[in-house]
Order: sequence, then structure tokens, then C-alpha cells
Amino acid sequence: MTPRTVVRVMPARLMDPTAAPDWRLVRLGKGIMETLIQQLINGLVIGSVYALIALGYTMVYGILGLINFAHGDVLMVGALVALQTMTFLMGMAPGMSPLVMLSIALLVAIVVCMLLGFTMERLAYRRLRNAPRLAPLITAIGVSFLLQTIAMIIWGRNYHTYPQLISTTPLQPIEGVFITPVQITIIFGSAALMIGLLLLVNRTKIGRAMRATAENHRVASLMGVDTNAVIAFTFVIGAGLAAVAGVMFASNYGIAHYGMGFMPGLKAFTAAVLGGIGNLGGAMLGGIVLGVVESFGAGYIENLTFGFLNSSYQDIFAFLILGLVLIFRPTGLLGERVSDRA
Amino acid sequence: MITLLEARNIGKRFGGLQALSDVSLTIRKGEVYGLIGPNGAGKTTFFNVLTGAYTPDGGEFVFNGSELPTGKPHKVVARGIARTFQNIRLFRELTALENVMAGHHIRTKAGVWGVLTQNRFTREEERLTTERAYELLKYVGIERFADVVSRNLSYGDQRRLEIARALATEPQLLALDEPAAGMNATETGQLKVLIEQIRHDGITVMLIEHDVKLVMGLCDRVAVLDFGKKIAEDVPAVVQKNEAVIAAYLGGGKHAH
Repeated sequence: MTPRTVVRVMPARLMDPTAAPDWRLVRLGKGIMETLIQQLINGLVIGSVYALIALGYTMVYGILGLINFAHGDVLMVGALVALQTMTFLMGMAPGMSPLVMLSIALLVAIVVCMLLGFTMERLAYRRLRNAPRLAPLITAIGVSFLLQTIAMIIWGRNYHTYPQLISTTPLQPIEGVFITPVQITIIFGSAALMIGLLLLVNRTKIGRAMRATAENHRVASLMGVDTNAVIAFTFVIGAGLAAVAGVMFASNYGIAHYGMGFMPGLKAFTAAVLGGIGNLGGAMLGGIVLGVVESFGAGYIENLTFGFLNSSYQDIFAFLILGLVLIFRPTGLLGERVSDRA
Repeated sequence: MITLLEARNIGKRFGGLQALSDVSLTIRKGEVYGLIGPNGAGKTTFFNVLTGAYTPDGGEFVFNGSELPTGKPHKVVARGIARTFQNIRLFRELTALENVMAGHHIRTKAGVWGVLTQNRFTREEERLTTERAYELLKYVGIERFADVVSRNLSYGDQRRLEIARALATEPQLLALDEPAAGMNATETGQLKVLIEQIRHDGITVMLIEHDVKLVMGLCDRVAVLDFGKKIAEDVPAVVQKNEAVIAAYLGGGKHAH
């Protein structure tokens, strides 16, 4: 019998907030099955967050053909606004139940991000709607820098410890497999939001107007749809999802920072492309698949490379996937149309 | 006769091309009004300006006694003008039913809050929208394809669906851009019956059409455009004999040189 080896994955999270949390355990030898399940759970957790963010990318792309690179930073604003609210509430009403506190913080973050999304569209993107594609794309990158800089001015350059209002003490549903209550909340919370979004888009009149607008702005408006309102609404919903994703992300890793939106934003974009950008189901699938692949990659990269690379190189996998998808299946897993809009 | 729409000196220029110059015409409530002319005469441009897709360079539209907003298509629809397209422009990925329901959007009142909370008013309104959409599909004769994604419908049925979608906006004026294009004689015959039914139900129809037989058989009055100018406006029998019109169509007259 080989001795049971427990390898603690490099935390590295002070350098990169997307790196693996340090409770993550990789078991070698006897615990192959446990490791597998563990990586799957980790992948589902981070994948759900990616999926929520990817939905914002894909909705905006679907309706405008615009890749809103500032979307990741909306997530950061959500996380930091929630942090600010929680800090405020802790000072004002220390006896408040953590769950109530978190709900209020989440609500404030959602509202602020929705306003941000609305403003972004109104001020930066609307007037570029008929401009060549490159103009709004570059503007989006500019908005991203702007948001980061504003956040840096408000919240400073430091990493903030994120309050753990939901317990992060790992549970062990199966011997050797760990999951924290925060992670359970993330999985179910994002699943609920995704179902809600699908119902909104497929079963309501606003969703119908969104799909009509995505197909053809001009015709939709000639059929009586106020397309400006629909586009603004799309940004608002995407930003609201990003706010939730930001709080989830920061809660999971216990840390928040003005630049924290960049990496998950980029990965969620990858997820959206992987699923087929413009396609809601694709964004969800892409997010989960990316999360799982990344998690397995992080778990096994050390073994695969005989110790040459450790798990802090897990980001390789996301971008490897992006490259492969763009080469071999540019329309993504579920996508059909990609560049039919200019 | 009550005037429904009055176009006053409408002008539209695209670069060096004067697509419409000083076009004035009057459409009366309850009539079928034909707009004809050779290719490139400005008929579709007129529709685009009327429905707010383009902003005119000059002139104005008075609809039901007040001026129409320009450049805001959904507001024109709200005022009661709906259109179809020369080359079919359905929401291809939506089902036939959803296309019609999308057309009804402007007549529904539930707001974002209602949709998110799915309150009783919203659900009731959605139910009525669905019901109405089924009725309209039946009206144009394609209710059996309600759940078919619209790009999978046959060409003729797509044309019917476009009319149903336009009717869903509850228009007073229905503008049809070459509804018979590409149809065979049977289909054109059915279309004629449908348009007559629409008129019978109290909706004024404006029609761009190349099928002369259809225009002459359907329209109460006809206007002829040529090079962006109105060269005639009268009952079909008179227009048919107008020399300028004959010249425009046959390539004679002043443009032949």
C-alpha cells in the first residue's frame, strides 16, 4: 500500500485572487476517487460564477454585437460595494444577523451595478452603436480602465479581506471530499439565477422583445419595440448578474481588490466563446465546462508536468481552451451564428 | 371622407440621389391606397420615412390630425402605423406565435417590475396577448404553424406571418411593401381576399405593389412615383390612362433622352 499523500496546493492567492483557495486538498494514491469528486465540486463552484459573468457578455454580444470588456470590472464594483455595505452595517448594527447583512449588501451591490450598467450603455456605448466595430470595443477597454482606476481611488490599492458571512468551514459529505457552505450557496444561487434568466428571456414579453431586438434592431423597432429600452435593460440585467457573481467570487476566496475583475472577466469571456457567444445556454455550459476543466487542470498539472508546473499555472487551461475553440470550433459548443451582424 | 394620413412635401436625399422630392399625398380612412412606380422610384423610401426608419430632410406627416414623430419607429407604431417588408424580415429564430406576440409588444402595459414579479396583471395580459396572437394567425390562415420557428415556414406563409405580426400592433394604417412579390397566381388571389378582409375590418391599407392587376383590382386610389416625384394620383382607371404614367413605365417621355 502506498502511503496516503496529502499535498496542500500552493495558496498563491495573495498574488492572484483567482488562484486555488488553500483548503483545497489534492489527494494522491488511495484517494483517486475522492480527488476526482473534489475537483468536480471545485470546478462546479467556480464554473457557476464564470457562467453568471459569461451571461452578461453573451447577452450584450447577442443584442449589440459588442464585447463589453468592462463587464469583469462591474463584478469588481459589485464585490467592493457589497464589502463597503457590510463594513458599514457591521459598524452600525453589530448585532445584525449575518444572513440579513449579506442580503442587504448583495441588494445594494446589485442596484449600484445595475445603475453602472445603465450609465455605461447610455454614456459610452449608445452613441457608438452605428460606429465601426472597433470603436465600441476599444471604448469598452477604456471603460474597464476607468472603472478600475475609480475603484482604486475609492478603495485603495490594497487587498481587502472579505467578510465570511456564510461559513467557510469545510463540510465533509464524503470522507475526503470537502465543500463549504459558501460553495453550496454559490452553486444553488447561480443555478436559481440562471433558471430565472432563461424564464425571463424565453417566457416573458421583455424576453421576447430582447430576442426580437437581437435578431434585428430596425425591424424590432418598426414592430413597436423600444429597442433603446431593451438594450439598456440587457445591460442592467447583465450587470446585476455580475454584481452577484462578484460577491460570490470574493466570498469564496475571502479577498477583494480593485483589479479582481480582470481575470474572471477574461475567463468568463472565454466561457462565453466556448459555449457559443450570443447563446445563453452556451454561456452557462461554457462557464461550467471551463470551471471544471480548470479545476481538473489545477489538480493534476503538477502530476502531468512531473512537478515542473504547479497549480498556480491553472490559468493556462482557460486560455488553452480559448485558443483551441477559436481554431477548431469558432462558433462554440452550442453556437450557430457568430459574425452575421456588423 | 376623413383624412387619415397626410404627407406634406416629403423630401429625402441619399448623397447625390434625391430619392423623394416634395411628395405630398393624402390617404383617407378606410381606403386601400396604392403606391406604384418603376423600380427605384422611391416607394420603399417613402415607407421608410413614413415609419420612422429614416428621418426625412423636409416635410412632415400628419396622422389622425397631429404630426408624426420622425426617426423614432416604435413611436410611429404606437400611433397606429404598421408595415411589412419587401424582402421578408421576420424574427427568424422566433416561432410564428412569438413573432406575432412581439408585434403586440407596444400594446401591452406590464412594466419591468410586473414581468419580474409575474403579478396577476402581467400574467393576464400575457394570456390575452397569446390568445390574440392565435386569433391573428388564424385570421391570416396559418394557425397550424403557431409553434414553428418562422424561418422554417414556406415563403407564402412567411408573408402571411408578416401581415399577422403587423396587425398585432393594432394599426389604423397598414403599409404593405410588395406583399405579392414572388407569389403565384393562387397565392396572390388569397392575398387579395385577405387584404379586402383587412379593409372590411376597418383598417386602412397602403400598398406598394408591382402586380398591376392586383393594384387595379384592389385600390380605391393610386399614386404614382417616378424618380422621387409624384406624377399622378387618382382612381386606378384614370391613372392607367395618364400619359406621364405610361411614359414612366414604358420608358418614354422626358426621361427617355
